[in-house]
Amino acid sequence: MSDVEERVKKIVVEHLSVDEEKVTENASFIDDLGADSLDTVELVMAFEEEFGIEIPDDAAETIQTFGDAVKFIKNA
Amino acid sequence: MFDLTGKAALVTGASGGIGGQIARALHDAGATVGLSGTRTEPLEALASELGDRVHVLPCNLSDPTAVAVLPKQAVEAMGSVDVLVNNAGITRDNIFMRMSDDEWQSVIDVNLTATFKLCRGVLRGMMKARWGRIVNISSVVGAVGNPGQGNYAAAKAGMVGMSKSLAYEVATRGITVNAVAPGFIETAMTDKLTDDQKSGILGQIPAGRMGTPEEIAAAVLYLSSPEAAYVTGTTLHVNGGMAML
Repeated sequence: MSDVEERVKKIVVEHLSVDEEKVTENASFIDDLGADSLDTVELVMAFEEEFGIEIPDDAAETIQTFGDAVKFIKNA
Repeated sequence: MFDLTGKAALVTGASGGIGGQIARALHDAGATVGLSGTRTEPLEALASELGDRVHVLPCNLSDPTAVAVLPKQAVEAMGSVDVLVNNAGITRDNIFMRMSDDEWQSVIDVNLTATFKLCRGVLRGMMKARWGRIVNISSVVGAVGNPGQGNYAAAKAGMVGMSKSLAYEVATRGITVNAVAPGFIETAMTDKLTDDQKSGILGQIPAGRMGTPEEIAAAVLYLSSPEAAYVTGTTLHVNGGMAML
């Protein structure tokens, strides 16, 4: 697992209080990990802070799963 | 009670009678205050009166760019915005049939749209802090209407619906959103009324007098305080009983 994946997973686990095993590539924040819409906003804020990047609102909307987040951050 | 030590509060319309008193009350409770308003002179005068823990942040709320940067300027100056008081407001009174598009729009822009944008602008910091207080100053007119103030009443009623919706969204994050609805308050605006107008108004107020800016400020201080953590989405009417809502 890459460094980015580790760091993203840590944020997701901490923020949503879910077991690490549940945070898989295709795990949807809302459908599988129990996030509400405000949680997804906060996750994006946390990613921005952790990786020192800007994630615009329209891009943020495309980040639905753990895999989406990792892919976006790696390309940022 | 009502200790705001270590909190930073942004107050719009702080150059006016009610806004200035709100800033004083929050400052007296220990908060660092950001004084915003269009007229710099009264803001500077209030700042020198209050002494330390004060920042002057002039902003014309009819300028969308200025509205967008105000929350950032406030964070730069104070480190955070823990309390936002949207007090600024304008009137462009006219009877409905004569009201121009511009009279309508300018009141909606400053009183309602700027309030929305400032709320949105401070949310990020409050969400992270898991603490925030937003107090929007509405008006009794927003609840009961007033001839000649269709635009103003619409904006002030709009603030209430907006506050409730936002209150729903952020309640789990320790952020409360409430409104204070003043009735007739002694300010420069009401000083201009004739004696006849005044006695007409007083006849509608069970308390038999106008309210004071201090009485509005006290309501804002309460809703801004840690003690009011369980009060959200409400409108606190401060009107001497003229509308018991």
